[in-house]
Amino acid sequence: MSTVSISASEVAAALVLVALAAAVSFWRRADLEGDLGVAVLRSFLQLTAVGYVIQAIFDTDSLWLVALLLAGMVAFGSFTARGRAKAVPGALGPIVLALSVAAAGTLGLVLALGVFEPEPRYLVPVGGMVIGNSMTAAAVALNRLADEVHDGSRQIEAMLALGATSGQASRGLVTRSLRSGMIPLIDSTKTTGVVFFPGTMVGMLIAGAEPIDAVRLQLVLLWVLLGAVALAALIAVSLGYRGFFTPAHQLREEGLR
Amino acid sequence: MPTATRSTRSSPRPPSPEGPLFELSGVALARGGRPALDGIDLEIGEGHTALLGPSGSGKSSLLRLLNRLADPDRGVVRFQGRDVRELDVLELRRRVGLVPQLPAPVPGTVADNVRYGPGLEDRSVDPAPPLRLAGLDPSFAERDAGRLSVGEQQRVMLARALALEPEVLLLDEPTASLDSDAKAAVESALRGLRGLSTVLVTHEADQAERLARRIVRLDGGRLAP
Repeated sequence: MSTVSISASEVAAALVLVALAAAVSFWRRADLEGDLGVAVLRSFLQLTAVGYVIQAIFDTDSLWLVALLLAGMVAFGSFTARGRAKAVPGALGPIVLALSVAAAGTLGLVLALGVFEPEPRYLVPVGGMVIGNSMTAAAVALNRLADEVHDGSRQIEAMLALGATSGQASRGLVTRSLRSGMIPLIDSTKTTGVVFFPGTMVGMLIAGAEPIDAVRLQLVLLWVLLGAVALAALIAVSLGYRGFFTPAHQLREEGLR
Repeated sequence: MPTATRSTRSSPRPPSPEGPLFELSGVALARGGRPALDGIDLEIGEGHTALLGPSGSGKSSLLRLLNRLADPDRGVVRFQGRDVRELDVLELRRRVGLVPQLPAPVPGTVADNVRYGPGLEDRSVDPAPPLRLAGLDPSFAERDAGRLSVGEQQRVMLARALALEPEVLLLDEPTASLDSDAKAAVESALRGLRGLSTVLVTHEADQAERLARRIVRLDGGRLAP
């Protein structure tokens, strides 16, 4: 595979397109120029920083540093998802577990199957994709869970009053929440290659890889992500619903509407 | 009493002792940071009791303590002489049934709804007897519960509670959302229940007079004279 070399001045030149976006915003009074500036600055700083971190990890070739970096991603992703699922009491624990199991489970499996070599070059980017997608799926599923509990609180209490456990009373809404966490990735997987080209494939094609090689790697990643997202959403909602109930199968005040 | 078929229960019911069904001692409860109940000392005996008071008086909050849908912040609630927190909460809720203020049927037929509670214990019941007790013809059994009128749905809620053969039935403003005909039908069904103690929450003094032997008045989270 050939490598692509882009100079700093070429990166800076790409800012012309940001200037175009800012001009459109100014012209149509969308008032997004400030946000665009922040987005450009943050993307530059964050990616540059992570680039140096990854370079350092590649240089040392240490799997411990990879594990540390992935743990940092899980922590950051968990707090981000927790922020989006504020309405779920005690959601942080289930989210941390969901992201950890999704990352460890799927990376462990692809390593065991020999799909990737146990090298930082593979583990860091794949781990990042897995954790990022799991974070989104867990947050979407938990958000839906909170809406379902609030909207269905009368139904839930009616079932509890008939002697149902909190798990029995929540079964339907846990299933619906799991579906909403998984559906976006399932839909994008269905349309991949037709409606859009996924990022890995685009990157490999630009970098000069053979299209079939790019397709194979992309398929592996898509299927790894499907497994990770399913695991993350399942763990998040299966444990997350318990936050709405007391041990005596009572719906907490946070769940009542 | 309903005549639903019954297999053996997980634990035998204790014989009903002499004394009150429910006893509340020094009960206080806050909801949304505001006191809903404040220093309630009350005994509720067998037979028909009404908790009467205006909206926000704490009567529904009190009712929820009797089957442990909520616990008080302070004080003790006893059922047949035992602190409700010492009882198996799921068993307590089967012995102390509840008809909610608004119908909340599970998706499916009327029979699915009537069988829901017993089904949680792997018991099967014939839906016809509880439906009759609730004033509904057994031909309703195969109808979609979600497509019934609110008054019919509320009687399905009553049949669903009766299918568990409770010792006490808690009624949380069971006719508040009904028109006068549906209300009369539900009241008629309630008057037809024999050998079952009831605790009715209502804001209507007339209804309390019609359905209860004893009336307990609440106001601002306290017992009113």
